[in-house]
Amino acid sequence: MVRRPGRGTVLGAMATYLFETDAHAELRQQIRRFAASEIAPHAHAWEEAESFPRELYARAGEIGLLGLGYPEEVGGHGGDLSHVIVAAEEMVVAGTSVGTCVGLGSHGIALPPIVRFGSDAQKERFVRPVLEGTKIAALGITEPGGGSDVAGLRTRAVRDGDHYVVDGAKTFITSGTRCDFVVTAVRTGGEGHGGISLLIIERDTPGFHVSKKLAKTGWWASDTAELTFEGCRVPAVNLIGLENAGFLAIMANFVSERLMLAAQCVAIAELAYRETRRYVREREAFGRPLAGFQVTRHKLADMATRLAAARALTGEALQRYLDGDERPSLAAMAKNTATDMCSYVCDEAVQLHGGYGYMREMIVERLYRDARLYPIGGGTREIMNEIIAKTEGF
Amino acid sequence: MKILVPVKRVADPDNANKVKVSDDGSRVTSDGLEWKMNPFDEWSLEAALRLTEDAGAKKRVGEVVLVSIGPKDEVQTIRQGLAMGDERGILVEAEDDDLDSHVVAQVLEAIAKKEEPDVVFLGKQSADGDSNVAGTKLADFLDWPLVNYAMHIATDDEGKTFTVKRELDVGQQTLKVTAPCVFTASDRILQPQAIKNGVTADDFAYPESDGGRYASLKGIMQAKKKPVEETTLEGLGVTPTRVNAYGSFTLPAARTGSTVFLETVEELVEKLQTEAKVL
Ligand SMILES: Cc1cc2nc3c(=O)[nH]c(=O)nc-3n(C[C@H](O)[C@H](O)[C@H](O)COP(=O)(O)OP(=O)(O)OC[C@H]3O[C@@H](n4cnc5c(N)ncnc54)[C@H](O)[C@@H]3O)c2cc1C
Repeated sequence: MVRRPGRGTVLGAMATYLFETDAHAELRQQIRRFAASEIAPHAHAWEEAESFPRELYARAGEIGLLGLGYPEEVGGHGGDLSHVIVAAEEMVVAGTSVGTCVGLGSHGIALPPIVRFGSDAQKERFVRPVLEGTKIAALGITEPGGGSDVAGLRTRAVRDGDHYVVDGAKTFITSGTRCDFVVTAVRTGGEGHGGISLLIIERDTPGFHVSKKLAKTGWWASDTAELTFEGCRVPAVNLIGLENAGFLAIMANFVSERLMLAAQCVAIAELAYRETRRYVREREAFGRPLAGFQVTRHKLADMATRLAAARALTGEALQRYLDGDERPSLAAMAKNTATDMCSYVCDEAVQLHGGYGYMREMIVERLYRDARLYPIGGGTREIMNEIIAKTEGF
Repeated sequence: MKILVPVKRVADPDNANKVKVSDDGSRVTSDGLEWKMNPFDEWSLEAALRLTEDAGAKKRVGEVVLVSIGPKDEVQTIRQGLAMGDERGILVEAEDDDLDSHVVAQVLEAIAKKEEPDVVFLGKQSADGDSNVAGTKLADFLDWPLVNYAMHIATDDEGKTFTVKRELDVGQQTLKVTAPCVFTASDRILQPQAIKNGVTADDFAYPESDGGRYASLKGIMQAKKKPVEETTLEGLGVTPTRVNAYGSFTLPAARTGSTVFLETVEELVEKLQTEAKVL
């Protein structure tokens, strides 16, 4: 397969990743068309309504978007994380609703543990329908009492015959209000990381409650929930892998999640940059377009440069990951670089839009709010540095 | 049922402002342009796929053969169609500058005689030349029935007779035709229930769409392995006889881009009379 280095699209020398092949380019074309015709026209309305229609899952399943990166044996469409990432970029750039993309993509963090460590029966029951778009999956790690300290989580699961009885709470769960099941981190053993397991908890289980739909800074079209479990009886066959071996699966999952988040930052910044490029040509001040000021052009140059740097590191970390290097520090570096860049680019984008940049009708205003999540979600900026420090052995 | 679908690439209509004319005005240059499948071909291709599948069971029940005439990298347009679900492709190598609608129809005639499809389904025109000729000429050369601007097609599971509605300025016309025949499509052919093939359940509705179906990654990867036969005009025994010769090309004058906003209808009428002089 031919790599297509440097084959930039409409704008910028690096609007694609170096790892991309013809298949990536063709996939981009398809997803761009889908996002432009089926998401972009509704982007603003769905963000304002804080929800997108459930039917979109089925549509995304049908065109093979949800199945990207999953093997055909579990109902996937093949490909790997590189395909997931370029498709997500087109969804963001052409669809313009980050909330819709991340909501639609919540299975990207929920399913991998089942695919990697789950039983065949679990794959049939939980993975296949999600990839078809008929079921919605969520991942529940974070708790009201703490998110960074995963090894300290407190939701308990006590074995009782063929069941686990689960008591506790999870919060900030993406797609939590309407998911059909949650891949939930629970404490089945003693203190610390050695006592954690992953359990699939279905929404119709008695004792499972969506206690709150949370109001957020950004990511509006994606629902985020607080969940509680009260004496929730979960069949023991819903345990993923071995009891008390969940921490490893969670950590492995974080690596791909962080690469996806880094790539989302690249995509969001790409969109903010394109919107701004267009705006500074149209908007006039002191009798000439904003682009006529050297200061404006230099701001754009800085945005483009940082974007290119973050894209390069994200692409390299991804390539190494696909080649078998799953070091968490690489993904952590990519994530921090990309989130810093994205916050910077979106801030400058708003600045160059002036007062309009502060108005809800503008895409960059929304992106600015969306961008704020990334140094927090999927492991905070500080936790990324902890990981890097540990790996580097400081 | 076997359907032959001719497809070609055109300069991305969304980037049409990048089209340039060569210095001597003899040709339109395509340098640096992004290519796309002619959108009108996408409609006929989608229609052909719908005619040859059991949509409920997601199973192919007939065959769609793609044919493209052009330079070697035109094969990408064929692969794009194969990714949507077609079985195989034929690439007839030729230089774009040596082709006109007449030559295209000659080539398609030769291929139709060899492949013996039930239907040749073309786009009603191409988004670059906008001639709207090839389909009609082809039907004439083959002496097959022709239905232009098909908007609704019904057939049974034999796929030998078709009841076709065509869209006209003055209304709709319904025709009954027997295979082999030539169709071109109007955009209404993409409506959710515009095709009844006697296999897919009659109440099945395709999703609303303004183009062909999306190819999945699986389709894209499979397309790379599907057979594409390569041939030439000579190989097909075609002696091209161009009937169109282009004198010269010029770009239209750039738009001034000034927009005037008026407050009242009276003002508008006055301007249309005195300035635009159209009333
Ligand atoms: C929109 C949104 C969607 C989310 N979706 C999901 C989801 O689907 N599933 C899920 O499980 N979680 C999800 N999360 C939760 C997210 O992963 C957590 O918010 C994140 O891990 C941080 O945990 P916390 O909020 O408890 O912060 P805390 O852990 O309380 O951290 C507070 C601050 O203290 C700092 N800090 C903590 N420990 C250290 C340390 N050791 N050294 C230095 N600084 C430290 C942190 O960096 C942070 O700045 C989501 C969050 C948001 C906002």
